[in-house]
Amino acid sequence: MSSWRIFCTGVGGQGTLLATYLIGEAALKAGLPVMVSEIHGMAQRGGVVESAVVMGDRKSPIISDGEADILLAFEPSEAMRALRKCNSETLVISNIVPLIPFTVSSGKESYPEVDKLLDSIRNQVRRFIGFNALELARKAGSELSQNMVILGVLFKHGGLPIDAEIMRDMIRTKTKKAFLDVNLRAFELGYSL
Amino acid sequence: MNHLLERETGKKLLLLGNEAIIRGGLEAGVRFATAYPGTPSTEIADGFYHISLQEPLYFEYSVNEKVALETAAGAAISGVRTLCCMKHVGLNVAADALMTLAYVGVKGGMVIVTADDPSLHSSQNEQDNRYYARLSGLPMLEPADPQMAKEMTIAGIELSEINQIPVLLRTTTRVNHSRCAVTLGDLPEIKAPEGNFEKDPFNLVVVPMVGRQLHLRLLEKKKKLQEESEKSPFNFTEGTGKWGIVTSGVSYNYVLDAVEDLGIKDKVTIFYIGMSHPFPTQIATDFLNKVESVLVVEELEPYLEETLKVTAFEASIEKEIAGKGDNLIPRHFEIDPGIVKKAISNFFNLESPPAETLSVSEVPSRPPNLCPGCPHRATYYIIKKIVNPETIYPTDIGCYTLGVLPPLSMADFLICMGSSVSSAGGFSKAQKKPIVAFIGDSTFFHSGITGLINAVTNDHNFVLVILDNGTTAMTGHQPHPGVEFGPQGKIEPKVKIEDVVKGCGVKSVAVINPLQIKKSTETIQKLLDSDSRGVKVIIAKSPCPLYERRVMGKKQKIVFEITDECDLCKDCLELACPAIFYEKAREGEERIFINETLCSGCSVCAQVCTAIKAKKKN
Ligand SMILES: Cc1ncc(C[n+]2csc(CCOP(=O)(O)OP(=O)(O)O)c2C)c(N)n1
Ligand code: SF4
Ligand code: SF4
Repeated sequence: MSSWRIFCTGVGGQGTLLATYLIGEAALKAGLPVMVSEIHGMAQRGGVVESAVVMGDRKSPIISDGEADILLAFEPSEAMRALRKCNSETLVISNIVPLIPFTVSSGKESYPEVDKLLDSIRNQVRRFIGFNALELARKAGSELSQNMVILGVLFKHGGLPIDAEIMRDMIRTKTKKAFLDVNLRAFELGYSL
Repeated sequence: MNHLLERETGKKLLLLGNEAIIRGGLEAGVRFATAYPGTPSTEIADGFYHISLQEPLYFEYSVNEKVALETAAGAAISGVRTLCCMKHVGLNVAADALMTLAYVGVKGGMVIVTADDPSLHSSQNEQDNRYYARLSGLPMLEPADPQMAKEMTIAGIELSEINQIPVLLRTTTRVNHSRCAVTLGDLPEIKAPEGNFEKDPFNLVVVPMVGRQLHLRLLEKKKKLQEESEKSPFNFTEGTGKWGIVTSGVSYNYVLDAVEDLGIKDKVTIFYIGMSHPFPTQIATDFLNKVESVLVVEELEPYLEETLKVTAFEASIEKEIAGKGDNLIPRHFEIDPGIVKKAISNFFNLESPPAETLSVSEVPSRPPNLCPGCPHRATYYIIKKIVNPETIYPTDIGCYTLGVLPPLSMADFLICMGSSVSSAGGFSKAQKKPIVAFIGDSTFFHSGITGLINAVTNDHNFVLVILDNGTTAMTGHQPHPGVEFGPQGKIEPKVKIEDVVKGCGVKSVAVINPLQIKKSTETIQKLLDSDSRGVKVIIAKSPCPLYERRVMGKKQKIVFEITDECDLCKDCLELACPAIFYEKAREGEERIFINETLCSGCSVCAQVCTAIKAKKKN
């Protein structure tokens, strides 16, 4: 069966749902069967936001444990939490800048050492691509464009059957006009990694 | 233009299940829609709302689900095509109306969407609303994906209108919140409702004498609907194998993937039951006769499994039928493709290697939290400081329920919307600890008012805090009757909370702005000190900052910072504001700081500690 199962995870406010939506639109444009699943509800209040895009010959809109082909993580500790969705063949694409959860900032729990965390992921999967999405987004003009940076990396290294030009088109037509230039710049910065 | 108003027939759009339901409604000529928001159904309501702003279609956010259904019933009995949507627990609120509306029926087609939430992604329980179809006698349709959701909405309106009975469309979160390519059909002109009510009291006024006749008529209708179910395109079988698999809803997709992965396509017959009530007994009997054994793949309760077993019993068919049970399909939470693959392998004795798992190391939990600057936090902080530490806090459902988390820990009892007020009354009569109950503004209108009247009438003794943030924040900022601010600025509320409270007979009422800590503390203290017994109400009024920024376009001018005067007393941490960070690199190297991007400038922390000062936001 040829299919691409992309599991996305991040923190409310990072724009993960927009990213999955855009991948879905791009797949539709490219003529691929596609399903996107989202969990709404708690997204605004700093909780974990998980979503999935499944393309190709599959019917299920969600991804079981161990079955993701690609993990798209917007935050390193969330990459680790979502590692349950991965297997040794998974490609993990992850932002390396931590977003400290409230449980840590209030002194109740602790955040693991990022390098160790990333190494542990790297050692278990086929390929790991970690990068500073925040820095690249700032360079593009807005911290809010981290999701576009991550999409850029996905389209460069993800081996998706969709031309990057289609994704650029989606960014042009489906994201807010006011952020268009920043978004495209951010996508290119990710794409050139 | 709203993408759901696209006129190009045959075009494919990537639609959310909820959008597909709206589109289906529009294609079927729905002109009247009502709802009370609730995840995972909310986008249906919000979508109709936005369309109603530019098209003559009527939509309202009703005050609660019962009101929504009864309002819709008025339209449907006048011959208008109608859609009413709610989350699964909303149907409990509407159940009284539902049960007898089933007797009375409708004239214009009516679809009632009940959106179930297996796994309780954002709900207080995961009840299985398929039982409502059996309980009420109403037909039920269950889609597997957004495309089918659209088709079933259209078919539901037709089925309803032909049989003069409301139709239940039952979805689950994974259908509501999944997107797939949906093919558009013809969109008729969207018109204003033009109903016509014809008097017919001996069919429409359900006194016992009428009710008896109507029940007989409902049973007649059910016979006819049974025939519809037997020929419904939504009840179908695939394949000719001897291994039977029965499924419905989103689980169908998991079955298809599992069958493909296991390479058993030629061995199975899959029976999809999309019209689950009335149950297609004849198709089921034919299916049972053809297969050797049956696995039922369904989420939550063994609803189809039990129905199928009864069917087999009545047809004297002795075959193994299983579903729930060890190594098969669990009765709790969502299922997924992996669970289904394992269950199919176990049931049909197939080799299936367990999925490989990686080692996941521990990471800190990340529960959702009240936003920085949320007025609910300030209210909790003030009250916690001044009341007896033994105080019991019955609470309610909304953003403010997040106050249950430490360090605020301001919630002790909750069962459903409205339970804060009424349970507080029970506590006050049954035990001695003092009680402060919390309820949101939208929840107050939804189901708090009757409880308040009850409390006044029966001399209950507690303090009720109404958290008036000017919106229904939890579900994405829908309006409610007391809204005072909209995109256009200040507006005169249709119904003032204070007037309602006084109208309910409450004598002691105080209004505070919780972002003013000192003043609010004094006002509340005074209210608590007054020796009158009975119900005292505090209205904590301050708009949700997210709503202010998103809907009203308010710009933030200042942020706060922790200056060198900080002596690490940690008082500010009691606020639990997510913008305030505590860091301890090692012993003796502690610091507290405010993240300026997160800070909403509410100033509450600065009122708690003089080491915190304002500065301009850049
Ligand atoms: C019967 C029922 N209907 C709907 C919901 C979904 N729901 C939960 S809280 C809520 C509204 C909360 O609004 P409000 O009381 O104003 O509190 P806020 O979120 O604004 O703090 C809704 C609609 C529910 N849980 N139960
Ligand atoms: S959305 Fe509004 S009411 Fe809800 S937690 Fe955030 S600030 Fe508070
Ligand atoms: S002013 Fe203080 S309490 Fe308010 S949001 Fe900013 S840091 Fe939090």
